[in-house]
Amino acid sequence: MTDASLHGAAPRKGRSIHQIDARTRRRNATEARFKACGIAAIAIGLFFLVVLAVAIIRNGTPAFTRTVVEVNFTLTQAQFDEAESQLFKTKAYSGFFNSALADQLTQQGIEVAFDEASIERLMGKVGNAIREHYTAHPGDLDAPVTFNLPTSSRVDGYFNGRVKRETLQDSRFLEATDLDLADQLKAAGIIKSEFNWPFITGADSGVDNPGGAGIGASVVGSFFMMLVVLGLSLPIGVAASIYLEEFAPQNWITDLIEVNISNLAAVPSIVFGILGLAVFIQFMHLPQSAPLVGGLVLTLMTLPTIIISTRASLKSVPPSIRDAALGVGASKMQAVFHHVLPLAMPGILTGTIIGLAQALGETAPLLLIGMVGFVARGYPDGFLDGFVEPNSAMPAQIYTWAARADQAFYDKAWGGIIILLIFLLTMNIIAIILRRRFERRW
Amino acid sequence: MNDMRPMERKVDTKEIKFDCRNVQVYYGDTQAIKNVDVKLEDRTVTAFIGPSGCGKSTFLRCLNRMNDTIDICRVEGNLLLDGEDIYDRRVDPVQLRAKVGMVFQKPNPFPKSIYDNIAYGPRIHGLARNKADLDDIVEKSLRRGAIWDEVKDRLDSPGTGLSGGQQQRLCIARAVATEPEVLLMDEPCSALDPIATAQVEELIDELRENFSVVIVTHSMQQAARVSQKTAFFHLGSLVEFGETGAIFTNPKDPRTESYITGRIG
Repeated sequence: MTDASLHGAAPRKGRSIHQIDARTRRRNATEARFKACGIAAIAIGLFFLVVLAVAIIRNGTPAFTRTVVEVNFTLTQAQFDEAESQLFKTKAYSGFFNSALADQLTQQGIEVAFDEASIERLMGKVGNAIREHYTAHPGDLDAPVTFNLPTSSRVDGYFNGRVKRETLQDSRFLEATDLDLADQLKAAGIIKSEFNWPFITGADSGVDNPGGAGIGASVVGSFFMMLVVLGLSLPIGVAASIYLEEFAPQNWITDLIEVNISNLAAVPSIVFGILGLAVFIQFMHLPQSAPLVGGLVLTLMTLPTIIISTRASLKSVPPSIRDAALGVGASKMQAVFHHVLPLAMPGILTGTIIGLAQALGETAPLLLIGMVGFVARGYPDGFLDGFVEPNSAMPAQIYTWAARADQAFYDKAWGGIIILLIFLLTMNIIAIILRRRFERRW
Repeated sequence: MNDMRPMERKVDTKEIKFDCRNVQVYYGDTQAIKNVDVKLEDRTVTAFIGPSGCGKSTFLRCLNRMNDTIDICRVEGNLLLDGEDIYDRRVDPVQLRAKVGMVFQKPNPFPKSIYDNIAYGPRIHGLARNKADLDDIVEKSLRRGAIWDEVKDRLDSPGTGLSGGQQQRLCIARAVATEPEVLLMDEPCSALDPIATAQVEELIDELRENFSVVIVTHSMQQAARVSQKTAFFHLGSLVEFGETGAIFTNPKDPRTESYITGRIG
């Protein structure tokens, strides 16, 4: 019984479907407006994404090239002994280097006047690098060796366009004549650009040497932190969610736990940082700045994410599979471990990797447990040392660089961001591939 | 089979498999089953019929304690399987379910190979001593499930790739693989087409040789075709229970008559 027949309204007749009535037109207009809004929203998002990507790539690429001076150098045993007998050893080496450079220029038929001071301004103190090479490789004595010695970060900046001739006026570090020299050396092919491997493989350097700073050590630090996070949060998170989802009785205690897990996921990361400082460092006396502590703090942060995503993927397994297993006499645990868990696995893995990616980029808690504000100069000595030796982590290293005064570190920070983003993208792609590959349909 | 003259079917008296006395089932505060007394015989097909929500599925799920998975469900009364109370404190539902198998409304094969679907139950119950034993069990079960000829060449392909009717017969084969004594079927044909339904019904009739079968069905024709005993449930009560022929031709209760003639339900 419909209202129409109750009130005796006559059915409307004679309507053409070729004529669009006002009501339909309004409805279509609303739909078109909504579509336009959606497209506009996506366009705005894409725009910012593109701006971000362009900015990162433009600012970050200089970190991946470095300017080097390529010099063919032969050091005789006699020169080596002479230099080693002097009081200022590295100064002697600098002298050898300068004469070698002068020889090379004369050979190539280039007339450039330079003095020791200007070379020092261009390249810093080169003697030390040369001495280190020959003390480490005594076999290279009396044989020609090609040195690729990095220039100072200002010269680097000059060729990258960061340092301008006009801004040099009062600098005591670099003079306009030095730039002329640099230009001439560049034209002669002695100064050249190459890929900056030390940036990827090296450790952080002091504040006075931006050219030598590398992100490698902090990548290792992040790696050890991720090992801790994975090793703790995956088993704990999966065990907790399986229990909560499949075994726990539904009562106010589990409800309370559930609400609190959701709340934990929203707790600001700095809170976890200060918690880690208080509990792990001040109370448990774990070493400061250690990836172990960073990993523990990040585990706390990642757990709620993993628990929530694992529970969601357990929930998405159809109950008929559980019934089927129970129906043939499987125990509850057998039903979960033989049938439910394998089906939930892609979701669990995806959630875990996304949680890890989140943890990898997390900075705030690391600030509080002391992974910034010092120079992480070296790689850990061994695998176990990797967990407890003070080290930095990628985001903390980027923060450290960005906070340093020298403009050259600014490039490094952007370069570090590119490396970090490459890791994050890789992890997310792995998550997508895992989901695609292991997704089973039923 | 498919004989529509149930009156002429011979029914001899058999042992009682399930003796249910004064069973009450509650979901929270609502009572789903009221005072049900019923005796289910061995090697007999018993059909539960009744309108939707009358409690027939609930009662069926009590028989192998599948209701245990529902937190708010509470069962009172005595359900004796071969004289032993299945709700006794000492009973492990896992052992009970090995003895009382179940086939569900929707075919629910595991997303594994056909072989593994059948072999899973025997494996977890330790019914096979070695691989050859297990192969035998799988073949025997698939033959009993009347699906052997269709799948014998592709035991490694996924069970979920079969058609609906084949899946349901696979599930039946899976249920009989654990050598249960009672087989519970919760509307096993509701998702199947008439041809697959006929195959499953034929199978049920064959299973009667070895098992006691309890089947819940919405189709009165199906109840009439496959069962020897029929129980009619209405609003949580067992209204009438007796020989299938008697129920369909000469119901005692007016509600039964209304239902089978299509006036209620």
